[in-house]
Amino acid sequence: MRFITGFLVLPVTLYLIYVIAPYVQAFYIALTDWRGVNASPRFVGLENFQRLFGDGIWWKAVSHNLILLVLLPIIVLVIALFFAFLLNAGGDRGGVAGSKVYRVVFFFPQVLAVAVVAVLFQQVLRPDKSGMLNAPLISLGMEPIGFLSDTRVALWSILGVLVWQAVGFYVVLFSAGIGSIPRDLFEAAAIDGASRPALFFRVTLPLLWDTIQVAWIYLGILALDIFAIVWVMTAEHGGPDFSTTVMAAEIYRNAFEYFKFGYASAMGVVLFFFTIGFAILSLRLSRRERIELS
Amino acid sequence: MTTTTSPAIATSRKQARRDRRRRLGPLGVLSHVALAFWTVLVIVPILWTFLASFKTEDEIFGDAWSLPATPRWDNFARAWEQAHIGQYMLNSVIVVFFSTFGTMLLGSMAAYVLARYPFRGNRAVYLLFVSGLAFPVYLALTPLFFVVQNMGTLPLIGPFIGLNTHGGLVLVYIAYSLPFTVFFLAAFFRTLPTAVAEAAFVDGASHSRVFFQIMLPMARPGLVSITIFNVIGQWNQYQLPLVLLTSARDKWVLTQGIAEISTAAGYDADWAALFAALTLAILPMLVVYTVFQRQIQSGLTAGALK
Repeated sequence: MRFITGFLVLPVTLYLIYVIAPYVQAFYIALTDWRGVNASPRFVGLENFQRLFGDGIWWKAVSHNLILLVLLPIIVLVIALFFAFLLNAGGDRGGVAGSKVYRVVFFFPQVLAVAVVAVLFQQVLRPDKSGMLNAPLISLGMEPIGFLSDTRVALWSILGVLVWQAVGFYVVLFSAGIGSIPRDLFEAAAIDGASRPALFFRVTLPLLWDTIQVAWIYLGILALDIFAIVWVMTAEHGGPDFSTTVMAAEIYRNAFEYFKFGYASAMGVVLFFFTIGFAILSLRLSRRERIELS
Repeated sequence: MTTTTSPAIATSRKQARRDRRRRLGPLGVLSHVALAFWTVLVIVPILWTFLASFKTEDEIFGDAWSLPATPRWDNFARAWEQAHIGQYMLNSVIVVFFSTFGTMLLGSMAAYVLARYPFRGNRAVYLLFVSGLAFPVYLALTPLFFVVQNMGTLPLIGPFIGLNTHGGLVLVYIAYSLPFTVFFLAAFFRTLPTAVAEAAFVDGASHSRVFFQIMLPMARPGLVSITIFNVIGQWNQYQLPLVLLTSARDKWVLTQGIAEISTAAGYDADWAALFAALTLAILPMLVVYTVFQRQIQSGLTAGALK
């Protein structure tokens, strides 16, 4: 028993002080009007949540998160499954020639910090001829695209960069999944004359279902937790004109630029319920469709 | 026996592979086109950045696809010295070294006890750790800021673990890395055989000795995966240092330094040095990744496959 407490006391203490205590406090702070570093908080009940309801910028942030929550997982999963299938040529270990090289390169963006990727793409997406993507457009005589300066385009640029960074990870993840499917299954299907699309939809996809489900939840949470890419890459941290702002950016802005601690915590609570709600919902929905083969 | 059969097997494999290639035909070609397309998409922005780091300011603001007339190595010197990339990188190394070490030590201790010792409250403690996986860190930011501020007022150790200190950041990194580390390692310790540990107990070894000298070495593959996961996660962290190291520029980590050059500097920014700084941040990561790619890929995907 002394050994057990001895081993647990440090990790548990650290965890209680830095993780559990802040989370518990956050729920209470969300019910106060705490503003400014030295002010003392006053209990106001659900007032912050009422104000959030009428806050246009917050709704913008929520809607952006929801758009990304729907699109990011779908786009990344489709691209990653496609490439994973090509790389493994329907379950064969070797896959296409050079599949190792592809896998290594595809994974590159995953090892880079999001903040670094954000600065990199800020340069790539510049609106004039110094931008990597706009330079060829201009020399072809076309109008340059304001990837980050046009309010109608900026959010899609964010989505593009997120996809660019995420795909490689899921290609590797799905490749590992496909690699663990017994080869005889593919061979049997091939002998029965299954075409490659049939192989993919009838064999690979059902057997990868568990991995896809995990990937879906990871990507959904990634979409809800977007911060660095928006904060670093966009003008005015979520601009122009709040066209790219997200929940996490508003939480940070309200807490550490406006010092509205109560209001920011209420935002945090809403984000928390979005996260939990999403996780529960996707587990429920996907379990019903699950196919048992093994 | 193997020497006589293996050439035959090898030729039949080669034959099979050739057959498959032929069978794939145009589809195989299309696969390569698609794969090559994504490869270009991934590599070109990175190479373009590397190239721009050798340009002059005028060349950067000229045509984006032009080559530098002469390579400007001095961009790197300015990034390293005046933009303090050298300092920030050193800070990142220091913080990540201590935080990963602490995470692995405390995480494996907790995970081992929770996986191997049935005691009252075991399940509750385990769930307490794992519940941390469900909370978005943004919810905790405000209270966390004040927790760290208050820790700074403690007698003696306060000055080392308050706001704007590396010690404070290290402790926060450790605490926030524990849920996943404990979750992953507890599962790993449960899969290890018990016979060796029992034999050691019979020989009179203490509990902690069994842990450090028998169980930890046996858990090596799991420890390597999760160490890589934590090193990369903590190295790439941006949100927590942004909150906890705000007013001490000399303490900043690399991600903050890179983000700062582009956001705050504005029109009189040293863009050539910015590209050099980006290159300095990207290149080592890619080199390390390419060398250890097998371990890193399995380390980062380990969590999702469990």
